[in-house]
Amino acid sequence: MAAKVVVKGLHKNYGNLEVLKGIDLDVEDGEVVCLIGPSGSGKSTFLRCLNKLEEATNGTVVVDGFDIMDKNADINKIRENIGMVFQQFNLFPHLTVGQNIMLAPIDRKKMTKEEAEKTARELLERVGLSSKFDEYPANLSGGQQQRVAIARALAMKPDIMLFDEPTSALDPEMVGEVLNVMKDLAKQGMTMVVVTHEMGFAREVSNRVIFMDGGNIVEQGSPEEVFGNPKHKRTQDFLNMVL
Amino acid sequence: MSLYELFLQSFPSLLKGLLITLELTVVSLIIAIILGMITCLFKISKFKILRAIATIYVDIIRGTPLIIQAYFLFFGITAALKFTMGNFTAGVIVLSLNAGAYLSEIFRSGINAVNKGQMEAARSLGLPYSKAMIKVIIPQAIRIVIPSVANQFIITLKDTSIISVIGAPELMKASSLIVSRNFKAFEIYGFTAVMYFVVIFSLTKILGILERRLANGSKGSR
Repeated sequence: MAAKVVVKGLHKNYGNLEVLKGIDLDVEDGEVVCLIGPSGSGKSTFLRCLNKLEEATNGTVVVDGFDIMDKNADINKIRENIGMVFQQFNLFPHLTVGQNIMLAPIDRKKMTKEEAEKTARELLERVGLSSKFDEYPANLSGGQQQRVAIARALAMKPDIMLFDEPTSALDPEMVGEVLNVMKDLAKQGMTMVVVTHEMGFAREVSNRVIFMDGGNIVEQGSPEEVFGNPKHKRTQDFLNMVL
Repeated sequence: MSLYELFLQSFPSLLKGLLITLELTVVSLIIAIILGMITCLFKISKFKILRAIATIYVDIIRGTPLIIQAYFLFFGITAALKFTMGNFTAGVIVLSLNAGAYLSEIFRSGINAVNKGQMEAARSLGLPYSKAMIKVIIPQAIRIVIPSVANQFIITLKDTSIISVIGAPELMKASSLIVSRNFKAFEIYGFTAVMYFVVIFSLTKILGILERRLANGSKGSR
């Protein structure tokens, strides 16, 4: 199977501060990769470099066969294939749930309103929110908003989904509903890169767990290896703190 | 002459002045909103030259009194370039330039007040910058700036009184003309102040109601 994401020697600096110190990572088609690590370890920055929300300082990032470091690459076209889910949901508050989901497909994929609405309703069904089509985001709980955000990203039929701490802003009782949607997505073979503090999810769903610290990948492997038998001291310390 | 008679006698002229005041305000504000939007786009543009133009314009307007702007245009520029300009036209130009500069700052702060995650979410879906602005950022910014724009409306309305210095026959000018004829400064300026107050007070109330309507219309947003 082809690699969906190929990252080589990725560096990211903010002024003199080096946030990413040369990351190498391949993600295979259909693979679910979880990035774990302490705050400030660079995992969110790394994720955001994959769809160029952050511009990498140096290195190669190829997503879906497109070199996103190439200045001439059509980043908008590439982003259509990379769904992203944010910690703060970032639903558009002035639009209804349905309009949130249909906005990009109508504008970018040139779908008719009918097609887009059909897709939107199917996706809402899939995330268990079929009755919320005409609601405004503010009338939804955090968990529901995040599921709408996932549906919105899926509406562009992306090949790869990026999740940036998707459950960190949620009340504890709502974490499960979002993780369930993500599990379903993983089962259906979506390629996913997930920055998370949900160790249970990482252990259960991911094919590979990557522990980052201080802008480096410290350790990676199957969940069994990383959680069951961490090799590095820093990984052990981190896992002792969070598990 | 009783106060009542004096009022009846002066009211038609004052009313004529008030209508011109309102006309000046509305025409200037419409132009100012367009000018303010363009300036705001310049200011957030990635082209340095456009940003510089916008900054210079806003700084000049903010850094000089309205009255000198009016004199400079109506007497100064016309004298230097040897042409004449109607005082209503000059009034509209000065007030538009003035309100446009302030509105551009209001619009810019409105755009900046929209959570930056909104732009990221829109861009991550593949929307180009301009589309994200039009579909996601600006609609939210408009709601944020409505109270400040309403406030600018009131300010511009009051500023029209300064345009009397270049002779535009608005309310302030009309009232001064009456006083120069009958020397009843206390009464006439008193009437005039009450007329300004009634108009501005009612406008404030009406704009307040409109604001609330708009807020309810976007029920559930944020």
